[in-house]
Amino acid sequence: MSVFEVFGFALRGVAANKLRSGLTVLGILIGVAAVILLVAVGNGSAKQVEDSLAALGTNTLTVQGGRGGDTGYRTDLTLDIVKALQDRDSAPDVKSVSPVVSSSQTLTFGDASYDVNSVIGTYPSYFSASNSVVERGSGFTEEDVDQAARVVVLGPTTAEELFGTVDPVGQRVGIGGQIFSVIGVLAKKGSTGFNDPDDVAIAPLPAVQRALTGYGPVSSITIEAVNADAVAAAKAEITSILNAKMHVADGASSTPYQIRDASQLLETRTATAETFTVLLGAVAGISLVVGGIGITNIMMVSVTERTREIGIRKALGAPRRIILTQFLIEATLLSLAGGGLGVAAALIGANFEIVGIKPVIMPDSVALALGVCVAIGLFFGSYPASRAAGLRPIDALRYE
Amino acid sequence: MAAYGRDGRPVLEVTDLVKTYGEGETAVHALAGVSLVVEPGDYVAIMGSSGSGKSTLMNILGCLDVPTSGTYRLDGVDVSELNESQLALVRNRRIGFVFQSFNLIARTSALANVELPLAYAGVSRAERRERALAALDMVGLANRADHDPNQLSGGQQQRVAVARALVSRPALLLADEPTGNLDSRSTRDVLGILDGLNAQGRTIVLITHEDEVAEHAHRTIRLVDGQIVTDERRRSIDRQAVAV
Repeated sequence: MSVFEVFGFALRGVAANKLRSGLTVLGILIGVAAVILLVAVGNGSAKQVEDSLAALGTNTLTVQGGRGGDTGYRTDLTLDIVKALQDRDSAPDVKSVSPVVSSSQTLTFGDASYDVNSVIGTYPSYFSASNSVVERGSGFTEEDVDQAARVVVLGPTTAEELFGTVDPVGQRVGIGGQIFSVIGVLAKKGSTGFNDPDDVAIAPLPAVQRALTGYGPVSSITIEAVNADAVAAAKAEITSILNAKMHVADGASSTPYQIRDASQLLETRTATAETFTVLLGAVAGISLVVGGIGITNIMMVSVTERTREIGIRKALGAPRRIILTQFLIEATLLSLAGGGLGVAAALIGANFEIVGIKPVIMPDSVALALGVCVAIGLFFGSYPASRAAGLRPIDALRYE
Repeated sequence: MAAYGRDGRPVLEVTDLVKTYGEGETAVHALAGVSLVVEPGDYVAIMGSSGSGKSTLMNILGCLDVPTSGTYRLDGVDVSELNESQLALVRNRRIGFVFQSFNLIARTSALANVELPLAYAGVSRAERRERALAALDMVGLANRADHDPNQLSGGQQQRVAVARALVSRPALLLADEPTGNLDSRSTRDVLGILDGLNAQGRTIVLITHEDEVAEHAHRTIRLVDGQIVTDERRRSIDRQAVAV
């Protein structure tokens, strides 16, 4: 007796109770679709983080101060330190140094007002270091910095919130009560998920200090390396300059500053996203197991209900092996049908944005989900199947 | 045809068959030492009231159940020494079973039902179909081959069951109250078919509690409390038919 014929028996067995088979298939379908789709969502969010971080620039370093680590000397990030970092001789791998002060301010234009996420005071080199492209109008120049000109370049989100359809370039806005001229608007960068890099207003450092923050230490220094390969060398140079300036002892366990590079940030964020993916996958995996238990349940019911049929088949000389195969195929068919439909559902679902994230299907997760499906069919089907096959014909026939 | 009983050996030979259910004081002796020989071509009716052990005997003869003690030789083979898979083979090749409740497989056409024993025997698809149609033709239901059991009357279902029982050319046809669930007309049909099969040389053992049914057989055995009380022969075995 060929496998195809046993397959035929199994197919008839599955088709005999369409509603029940359908519901079992649905259970597996949901499990598989959930696994694939949730993993795809996690993967998609990881991709998004990667993309947006790459957009922030990969050869930039950010120095942040005020981290304690008392050395007995001033450890603030001052313009004096900025000057030291700009020294070509001691830091040959540094392309540009941009001090950054930032504060949250309310922008006003006519009757409209908008709380901008951060007003940044910096040097023109910041635009290139932070991958900010001026889309309309122009950025400010060294001259504007020297003259502390009250000019500002707005992020696209800020521009849209404040001006709507009006062209912002050439308009005057109030920032914290001071009047600035808008000279440019940045190109859109896209969200990193947690904060919007497009919600900024960038102005010359002295203008921001004079009008808004005062002449204290800067909040951070953005440094661009000459190229991506020089980031590590640049970091070492910066470290030695900062250590000298802040009198950090050699081999000190903590420093009053922190240098972060984009790749570091990328790693942290990607690791977070991966944890997220694993978590989602685990939750979905549980639903797949529940679906598998559903198969066991249905197969048990099916075996019980068809005990007589099993008895008849055995009385007609069906070997144990064939009964076992028939029920195993039935269980596997159910789980495979559910798996196939689940993959289809996930592929369709992946075309839509889910909670603002475009899912990216991982081929591995599809293969895994289908493999797990067959395994579930065999594993959860084997108990009812061996129970069916092990029945003594007389007991099976007498069963009512 | 070898399956009809070889070399004049008894088709069926049981010696001192005992079947006990339960243990100790609550033990029930369904069979208390039954010895019986059935020659090829015989037509035996086993009678007895309910609880007489006739169904137990039938199940053992059909290799569906195993005796507590005693030997059972079917077509010269001691089946008490066979394992599970060998027993499946014996049920498939040497025994045709007809049940009181027809026991056709639901949602499966009459033809597929009749083909089933052949499918388990590994007969090729084409030959299977041919033999199943021939068997259905023999019970007069060739035109109902593609009907499902629920589209057939009780009598027709039982005739399909008879076709299924004889399609594998078994040495022995066992019928457990084959007319128990049938009206008088269907009973006549089914018994007519069994009579015809016996006339062609088939060995038939049937269980019944109705005298009219038992009258069709050549030999009647009465069981009381798990023991044979009478064993009377009305007609001799048609040796000529057996030789065919």
